[in-house]
Amino acid sequence: MTNPKGRFGIHGGQYIPETLMNAVNELEEAYDHYKNDPEFNKELTELLNEYAGRPSRLYYAEKMTKDLGGAKIYLKREDLNHTGAHKINNVLGQALLAKKMGKTRLIAETGAGQHGVATATAAALMGMECVVFMGEEDTKRQALNVYRMRLLGAEVIPVKTGTATLKDAVSEAMREWTRRISDTHYCLGSVMGPHPFPTIVRDFQAVISKEIKEQMLEKEGRLPDAVIACVGGGSNAIGSFYNFINDESVELIGCEAAGRGIDTFETAATISTGKLGIFHGMKSYFCQDKYGQIAPVYSISAGLDYPGVGPEHADLYDRGRAKYVPVTDDEAVNAFEYLAKTEGIIPAIESAHAVAYAMKLAPSMDKDKIIVITVSGRGDKDCAAIARYRGEDIHE
Amino acid sequence: MSNIIKAFEKGKAFIPFITCGDPDLETTGKIVRAAVENGADLIELGIPFSDPTAEGPVIQGANLRALKGGITTDKIFAIVKELRKDVKIPMVFMTYANVVFSYGADKFISTCRDIEIDGLILPDLPFEEKEEFLPLCHKYGVDLISLIAPTSEKRIAMIAREAEGFIYLVSSLGVTGMRSEINTDLESIVKVIRENAHVPCAIGFGISTPEQARKMAGISDGAIVGSAIIKIVEQYGKDAAPYVGSYIKSMTENLVL
Repeated sequence: MTNPKGRFGIHGGQYIPETLMNAVNELEEAYDHYKNDPEFNKELTELLNEYAGRPSRLYYAEKMTKDLGGAKIYLKREDLNHTGAHKINNVLGQALLAKKMGKTRLIAETGAGQHGVATATAAALMGMECVVFMGEEDTKRQALNVYRMRLLGAEVIPVKTGTATLKDAVSEAMREWTRRISDTHYCLGSVMGPHPFPTIVRDFQAVISKEIKEQMLEKEGRLPDAVIACVGGGSNAIGSFYNFINDESVELIGCEAAGRGIDTFETAATISTGKLGIFHGMKSYFCQDKYGQIAPVYSISAGLDYPGVGPEHADLYDRGRAKYVPVTDDEAVNAFEYLAKTEGIIPAIESAHAVAYAMKLAPSMDKDKIIVITVSGRGDKDCAAIARYRGEDIHE
Repeated sequence: MSNIIKAFEKGKAFIPFITCGDPDLETTGKIVRAAVENGADLIELGIPFSDPTAEGPVIQGANLRALKGGITTDKIFAIVKELRKDVKIPMVFMTYANVVFSYGADKFISTCRDIEIDGLILPDLPFEEKEEFLPLCHKYGVDLISLIAPTSEKRIAMIAREAEGFIYLVSSLGVTGMRSEINTDLESIVKVIRENAHVPCAIGFGISTPEQARKMAGISDGAIVGSAIIKIVEQYGKDAAPYVGSYIKSMTENLVL
C-alpha cells in the first residue's frame, strides 16, 4: 500500500527529496493549525476583500448569450482581482501563512507571469524578499510581467534548462528550496507538487466556487448546469469546481491546452494525451514518452504550458466527476478576440481556452440552462503575443 | 539482500557515479571498467531523466547529453548485462521514480535482479513513499537505498532503522555538484545513524578532491563522487575512460587511512 497521506484516489503523495521532507511537514503542521485559526482567517479575509478586491463579480454576459443562442452565460470575473488574475487568492493565503511561520523570503515559479506578479505583490506588501523563477522562453513571451515583477521588488531568474518553460521553472524553484529552507517559503502557484500544496492551494482558491454558488443562488435562485475553467496545473479550475463537487447536477469541465492539436507533439493536453506517472512531487497524469521522460509540451499560453495536471483533477477525471477537453491555440485565440469584441472583456489567453469551449457548448444547450465560465485572468499581458500570432509585430 | 555489503568489507568504500550514455554507452562501459581497475568498490549508474530535480547543472547536463544521444532504459539494461560478464563489484542504479514507474515497476525491478543490479537510489522517493517500490525490491532482492539529509533531524533514526544496502548521507543542502567546503555537522548525523542502522553509510554531494573524500570516508564508511567525474567526461567525451580512471586512482589511493 502506498502512503495515504495527501492522496486524491491514487494520485498525489510526497515524491520529493529527503532534504525537503521536514520543510513540507512543517508547512503541513502550520497549515493545519492556521486554517482553523479565527485570527488568521480574519486577516486573510480582510486582505482578500480590502486589498485584492473580492468578492469578484459574477457577470451575466448577455450579448454573448444572445449571440450564441443557447445556454445563459455568466462570467466569473477573476480578471478583476488586484494583479489581474485568480493567482492572488492563493498567494495572499500562502504569504500570510509563511509570515506566521517566521519565513522572510518567498520563492515562486511562474509560467505566464501572473503567479510571479502575485507573489512579488504579496512580498512587497508584507515586507518579504522575493525570487521568481521563470522559463527563459516565457520571459520573452511575457516581457511585461517580468518588468512588473522587478518593479515590485522581486528578483526574476530566467531558467534556461530543459524547455525553458513552466516545468523547468518549477524544477529550479524546487532546487532553490533545497538550497535554502530555513528562511524561505516556496509559494507554489498551482494545485500540484507534493502534499500539502495541492490541498493548501485548492483551499485558498475555493473562494471562487464559494462565491459563484452564493452569487448564482442570489441571481438565479439555483445552481448552474455547468462550470467551465481552463486547466494547466489546475488551480483556477479546482477553485471553480470545489464547492460543486458534491452537487452532481453541476457539470464540471476543465479545458486543457491542446496547442496545435492533440494529434501533434505540440500539445500540453495532459489528460487527453498523458499517462500516469510520478513527477514534481506527485503521482498524476503527465505527458511523457514510453520510458517516462517528460515530454516537451507546447501551448500558445505560457500559463497552461505544463506537462502535468494537479492530482485532484486526475482523481476527478478517474471518478468521472469532471471532464477534461482539449482546446487548440487557434480556438483560444478566436475566443480571445470574440470576448473582447462581444463583451468588451479581454481575457487572459489561458482563460480564453475556457471561453472557446463554452462557445462550442452553449449553442447545444437549451436557453434555460446556465453556464459559468471562470475568466481566470485579464489579457493585457497577452496582447503582443496574440498580435504576433496574427502576423502583426507590435512593440510594448 | 544484495551484495552491497561486499563493497564495504575491505575498509572505506569509494563509490563513483556515472551517467549512462554520456556521451554514449560504449564510453560508459569503458569508464565502468576503468573505475573497477582503479579501485572503485561500488558503482552508481545513473539512468538519465529529462528533469532531474535533485541534480545541479553538471549532472543535469550529462542527463541531457545522454538523452539527446538516444539513450533508453532498455539500452542501459543491455549494457549492464554485458558489463556483468566481467564486472563483479556491486552496482546500483540512480534514477528518478518516474523512470521505474513508467517502465512498469515489476518489470524494471525484476530486470535489475536478472542483470545483477544490487540496489536502487531514487532521490524523489522519500521514506514516506518507499512502499511504492519496496515490496517489489524485497521480492527480487534489490536494495532500496535510503537517503538522509542535513535537514533530516528527527527523521534520521526512523530512516536508519529501516535502511537496506547502505545509507546515502547527503553532505549539504541543495543539489548535486562540487563544493569548496562542506559545513554540515556530519559527525553527529553519522552517530545517530550508527546507533540505529545495521548497514554502512556513505557520504555524497559536493565531494571532488582526495582530501574531501578522505575526510568524508573518515567520518563514515565511504565517499560518493559524481559531478567531479561527470566534469571529466564532459571535457574528454569518448576519450574520457583513462582520465576518469586516473582520477579515481587518485581518490582511492588517498582513501586508506
